[in-house]
Amino acid sequence: MTTPQQPPVFLERRSYRQRRLMDALRLLPIFGVLLWMFPLFWPATQDETAQAAPIPMSAAVIYVFVVWFVLIASSFALRHILRPTFEQQAADLGEADASEAR
Amino acid sequence: MASVNQLIGVSLGYVVFLFAVAFFAERAAVRGRRGWLGSPMVYTLSLSIYCTAWTFYGAVGYAARSGMEFVTIYLGPSLVMIGWWWILRKLVRIGRAQRATSVADLISARYGKSNLLAVVVTVMAVIGVTPYIALQLQSVTLSLSVFSGPVGENSFNQPGAAFWIAVGLALFTVLFGTRNLNANERHDGVVIAIAVEAVVKLVALMAVGIFVVWGIAGGIGPMMERIDASPIGEWNIDRSRWIALTALSAAAFLCLPRMFQVMVVENQDERHLQIASWAFPLYLLLMSLFVVPIAVIGLDLMPAGANPDLFVLTVPLAEGRVGLATLSFLGGFSSATSMVIVATLALATMVSNHVVMPLWLSMREEGATVSGDVRDVVILARRASILVIIGLGYLYYRFSGGGAALAAIGLISFVGVAQFLPSMLGGIFWRGATRSGALTGLIVGFAVWVYCSLLPSFGPGSIYSLSMFENGPWGIASLRPEALFGIAGLDPTVHAVVWSLTLNTFAFLVVSLLSFPGPLERLQGAQFVNVFDHSTQTRGWDAAFATSEDLMIMSQRILGSEEAQNLFRAEARRQGVRGHLPEPTQAFLQQLERELAASVGSATAHAMISQLVGGASVSVQDLMAVADESAQILEYSNRLEAKSAELSRTALKLREANEKLTALSVQKDAFLSQISHELRTPMTSIRSFTEILRDTEGLGHVEKNKYATIIHGETIRLTRLLDDLLDLSVLENGQVNLNVETGRLSDVLEQAVVTAQAAATGPVAIKRRHLDEAILLTTDLDRLSQVFINLITNAQKYCDASAPELTIDVRNVNGAVSVVFADNGTPIAVQSRAVIFEKFARIDDSEGSGAGLGLAICREIMTRLGGDIRYEPAATGNAFVVDLPAPEALAAQ
Repeated sequence: MTTPQQPPVFLERRSYRQRRLMDALRLLPIFGVLLWMFPLFWPATQDETAQAAPIPMSAAVIYVFVVWFVLIASSFALRHILRPTFEQQAADLGEADASEAR
Repeated sequence: MASVNQLIGVSLGYVVFLFAVAFFAERAAVRGRRGWLGSPMVYTLSLSIYCTAWTFYGAVGYAARSGMEFVTIYLGPSLVMIGWWWILRKLVRIGRAQRATSVADLISARYGKSNLLAVVVTVMAVIGVTPYIALQLQSVTLSLSVFSGPVGENSFNQPGAAFWIAVGLALFTVLFGTRNLNANERHDGVVIAIAVEAVVKLVALMAVGIFVVWGIAGGIGPMMERIDASPIGEWNIDRSRWIALTALSAAAFLCLPRMFQVMVVENQDERHLQIASWAFPLYLLLMSLFVVPIAVIGLDLMPAGANPDLFVLTVPLAEGRVGLATLSFLGGFSSATSMVIVATLALATMVSNHVVMPLWLSMREEGATVSGDVRDVVILARRASILVIIGLGYLYYRFSGGGAALAAIGLISFVGVAQFLPSMLGGIFWRGATRSGALTGLIVGFAVWVYCSLLPSFGPGSIYSLSMFENGPWGIASLRPEALFGIAGLDPTVHAVVWSLTLNTFAFLVVSLLSFPGPLERLQGAQFVNVFDHSTQTRGWDAAFATSEDLMIMSQRILGSEEAQNLFRAEARRQGVRGHLPEPTQAFLQQLERELAASVGSATAHAMISQLVGGASVSVQDLMAVADESAQILEYSNRLEAKSAELSRTALKLREANEKLTALSVQKDAFLSQISHELRTPMTSIRSFTEILRDTEGLGHVEKNKYATIIHGETIRLTRLLDDLLDLSVLENGQVNLNVETGRLSDVLEQAVVTAQAAATGPVAIKRRHLDEAILLTTDLDRLSQVFINLITNAQKYCDASAPELTIDVRNVNGAVSVVFADNGTPIAVQSRAVIFEKFARIDDSEGSGAGLGLAICREIMTRLGGDIRYEPAATGNAFVVDLPAPEALAAQ
């Protein structure tokens, strides 16, 4: 029975970067929600008390799709940068599977 | 215009093509050449069954009516995919670990493999999804009717077309969806067909979009201007719907049975999810990219009364692009068929595993041990379920009249399946979630959904009367179906989402907090929530009651004889058992249950094994044992640590002992060589002088006498040496008998001084203080005297002062009596002080006649007597301190 190894408190630069990118990956959907819920503040046609003219539809379309594209690109980039970490985790899980089957 | 018959011909050709693709994919998979079949792109494309005909046609219509709001249906799933790390990763991992066959199976497995829960989820899913299937049938027939020209003119029979489409879909699903039983072996044919259809619908929609933007509007810039100039040209959203629909679509994306099927059940590699995390949002983006342009151009070009849902078809047709319209039709057809196939498959799996099989098992008294192949029964049940579900969809389509009521069913269906969300997420993230909580939450949510969303959707006058909408049932205004608790003015969908999910979650949480889970529930809960810790293991069956033969017979009937035999043989080999049948160990039963669960669902598999094994599988004691396991492991490791410390201590002791032994062995060797040397010197001299006496003629009397005297002296020396050795050996072995008597220290000293002086050669002045010596001793006085004599003799021998002097001083410190023999000779060199008490240790070899045993004997004697002797450097000369044994000294006068 090996006691679980205490993870080191400070990491080398590379692992540190990977950890922070992992945080970014976790935060990405939250950014997505914030950005996509932002249009709620835009003046719309049906607002009776609106101070400003409603946003034109073309701007709204461009905004939503640009956010979308940025999220996809970030997700793509993060996935590629974090690939070694994922592979490591998959390997760990694979080992666990193997030991479970035993 | 293309005739309907041509279109049907194209569709049939397309369907044949899909059948062929599915067929060859299955063949390739059977031969083990999965290759690109298992690629992440296929996985991503298969997820696109989220985009049904409702989204293919409906999104444009939606955009034409409400502007950008349609996009919320895609935003939710995009967020879920981008946030895959939070939920999907765990869901897929759990689904694979538990071999979940459906969302009902997952929820049932989480809450103690409860079949009741599975049945509730199944019923809810069937009620929620069947209208959705009807919607797909409607969309296909509606799109066909577009090509047939004005209604009534031609002989196109919409219900008839819907019937044949339903038959075709049922055939496809039965053929490729129930080919193999093990749901985890995946339906490669179906998945490939869906992937192909996903490409077709994307290409179709984008082709129409590109045609609209560049073909009609004349580029992006003019398109944007036309968008702003159109009736939907201003930002015009209902804010509550924007939030609620995004959340709802995210929830539905997780909970829809068909999504669970492709996302979790058909998942071949968890890493595919990482690719899909960006690829699927990209697919959704592309699917929705041209929706607004198509809607705007459609509103512009089409006559006022045109159905905006069909702009995707009617715009190209109006522009005379029949080929493009046909492609677009195929896109819609693909969306509809792929959704129906997978949704039916998923529902049929749920129905057969959670309703038909348990019923069938309980109807047979023999239970799982009956003869005959259960596989046939399962497959038959599944095929029948497929037919029943597609039949239900068709009937719903027929009786709902195919009208506008159906168009709204997309969101209503979403709200229905979203009711699984609290139980599902609660189940995978919260160990405190209980079966009762899940059941209550599901039923409450379902009831609210039926009351507030499903039934009102038929419109006033059909199920609810108008007064019911306006005044509530029995005139209770706070129960009005679209304004619960008096909160009126909400959008009906938002109203239904908010109330059903809120009450569902609330009931789920409160009942979970108040109820206590059963043992199996707690085990499963731990397994689900801690799936990434891979430490917990379900402990299940009491293996003693099952025989391998029974298990084998049962497994054969579910897995098929070949697979069952392979499984058992592999286990037997692993256990090292001869023959085919392994021992029915707990681990093996668990593995077997999981294998069976992949075919018939966890609840049924659990029930089947429990029939063979007998009775409850988990007792509270088992649970306690599991709970205690970590404590036990901790204790065990502590024990091991203690043992290890003990072992290292012992090893250290052994090492020390070994060093001592080695040192002793070296000492012994040195001792032997010393002794030989000591004995040889007198012997050599004796031999020489006896040879002289024997061989030399005419020796004078004086000479003879001289030589004999030398020989005599040497023998005396030898004798003394041997005496000393004997003495030392006796002392060291502890064989000495002490002759304990009581006497005065002064008497002992007196005797020693007299004896030593009698044999003395050199004059040493001895100084004593007789007053101090008046101490009564009880010890072996002779031995003590021997020590004193030795010390005095040493001083006589080695003191090299011009006026040798020995001071005998008696110290009495708190009853601890010491006798100090201090001389005024040259102090012993520092490095020699450590060894003077060792055997044969002499300060200077050339000097004196002793063998170097005197002080060693003294020390042995003092040790025996319980005292000590040590060397103290004195101011002038040397001092030997004899510490007298304490208890005896206490008896001082």
